[in-house]
Amino acid sequence: MTNPTPVLTLRHLTVDIPTRHGTLRPVDDVSWEVAAGEILGVVGESGAGKSMTGNAVIGLLDSPAHISGGEVLLEGQRIDDLPLREMRRIRGKRIGMVFQDPLTSLNPLLTVGDQLTETILRHLPVSESEARARAVRGLDEVGIPAAKDRMGAYPHEFSGGMRQRVVIALALCAEPTLLIADEPTTALDVSVQAQIIALLKRLCRERGMAAMLVTHDMGVIAETADRVAVMYAGRLAEIGPVAQIISHPRHPYTDGLMASTPAASAGHARLRQIPGNMPRLGNLPHGCAFHPRCPRAQDICRHDPRPVVGEVDAQAACYFPIDASEDAA
Amino acid sequence: MLAYIIRRVFQSIVVLLVVGLVAFAMFRFVGDPIEQLLGQERTVQDVERLREALGLNDPFPVQYFDFLVRAVQGDFGISYRQSRPVAEIILERAPATLELALVSGLLALVVGIALGVFTAIRRDGWAANAIMSASLIGVSLPTFLIGILLIYVFGVQLRWLPTFGRGDVVDLGWWTTGFLTPSGLKSLILPSITLGLFQMTLIMRLVRSEMLEVLRQDYIRFARARGLSAKSVNFRHALKNTMVPVITVTGLQLGAIIAFAIITETVFQWPGVGLLFINAVQFVDIPVMAAYLMLISVMFVLINLIVDILYVWVDPRLRIDGRH
Repeated sequence: MTNPTPVLTLRHLTVDIPTRHGTLRPVDDVSWEVAAGEILGVVGESGAGKSMTGNAVIGLLDSPAHISGGEVLLEGQRIDDLPLREMRRIRGKRIGMVFQDPLTSLNPLLTVGDQLTETILRHLPVSESEARARAVRGLDEVGIPAAKDRMGAYPHEFSGGMRQRVVIALALCAEPTLLIADEPTTALDVSVQAQIIALLKRLCRERGMAAMLVTHDMGVIAETADRVAVMYAGRLAEIGPVAQIISHPRHPYTDGLMASTPAASAGHARLRQIPGNMPRLGNLPHGCAFHPRCPRAQDICRHDPRPVVGEVDAQAACYFPIDASEDAA
Repeated sequence: MLAYIIRRVFQSIVVLLVVGLVAFAMFRFVGDPIEQLLGQERTVQDVERLREALGLNDPFPVQYFDFLVRAVQGDFGISYRQSRPVAEIILERAPATLELALVSGLLALVVGIALGVFTAIRRDGWAANAIMSASLIGVSLPTFLIGILLIYVFGVQLRWLPTFGRGDVVDLGWWTTGFLTPSGLKSLILPSITLGLFQMTLIMRLVRSEMLEVLRQDYIRFARARGLSAKSVNFRHALKNTMVPVITVTGLQLGAIIAFAIITETVFQWPGVGLLFINAVQFVDIPVMAAYLMLISVMFVLINLIVDILYVWVDPRLRIDGRH
């Protein structure tokens, strides 16, 4: 996965939020790569730092949050230290981003055609009429019926699922090489969710686009992602191929997460639950952040947080990872 | 859309009728015009004859009805004091007030929106903070005091600008304008600042708070994530979304500028309808007061109608019977 150059590389990415009561670290030393055509699923509980990581990549952290360490590389080029003016040229053009709520992601006072055309004209050297033609093709590609007639429609004239399609068309209209999708299906009906996921998957495959899919829905991850990164309290707990993460998790947290996810095949057995809650950022325990809830924790876990270790394809930040030979259930 | 406007016009007429009724009911308490019209040397017969001639003996619903019938024909009666048709007097005075209100309104709107956007975008800058603090003065100082302060500084101490009247005006036949002469323009500066300052700070603070609200919205975040320029994000996407509340308040405030030009006109001895009204109150000149109040209510009703039409123009979600 190191050859050729990955589309997105995070190296020890760290985000800090200075507050009156000390500095919070919502993203702590996170490293991973996403190759062209690959979908990396990022999972974790609310507050685990998934969305914050996505926002850090595209440079949209809300002040006072800021990148305090590490690097973000886009196709080998460092982008986390670019001035705002140059970053604006990258947003939309090379990195597309889709947010959670399609109902509020579109400007209610502009037609979808105007919003698409404006974005295309911003990034591509085309004429106005060519931009409109591209906008129609974009809407068509994401499955908006009668795309040409819908160009003059306002966002409120679309249903939720259709609006998320419009949002995806907008994020992708300048043909970015990386897509960051932040909970793209959470606000949608279950039936629509599957359609949107299928759409995203198809677009990534067709365009050879790299994608970072942030979600807390393991079902979505299982269907879509090639690899999975599991985050806990701002740190990367485990990363690996999706099949391995689901069937043979190595980090006890991933194991707990899988065991608490309902599966159709599991019958009516009671779901296992991880005891306790994720610690608040202002109150992280010493050592491994997961140790107070971990069934395998020993003394060493309470002192030194273990960096991501192991094989390239299967890394777990744990002293006592669950062995593949162990019965994970 | 047409049906909507017609419905609104009907509502407006009802409003006007009610305003007139209330105004007429109040005139009974402002004093007896006969006192002002006839001097000390008068007989009971004189008084009675005049009362009858002016229709003051009729019950007030009858007086009101007579007023309405004549008003729709453009006849607002004869001023008791000036013995001239009220319509003529008001038409003569209206350009002064309307020009003053126009300049004040534009000043309030343009400067108010510009400063509002600026203070919202540069939320933590020192310039924005300074403007916000200064705006408290505009909100809290009464109009007459601002006028007197301006007169003192720019008229009395610095001697830069005239302190009363309209200066030289050009008579276009149906309209007298101060826009065409240097002295007319100079005379407009102090009164229009005085009249518009409150509205300006109000609009500025409103635009600022609405902008701050809109800039937090998801669609602004998404616009930024698409790499749109700061100009497009701030003006095309954000400012337009602040317009519905701003139009509401601005509309009403523009009405207020015309209606409450009275104080500014008094301070600057501006020969407009506001000053006319004040003099009419002192002399219990009922035809002038009635015509003025009706004029102001027509103005408010018109502005509200325009505001409602603007909403629909700005926000497509309100176009109930739109396309298809």
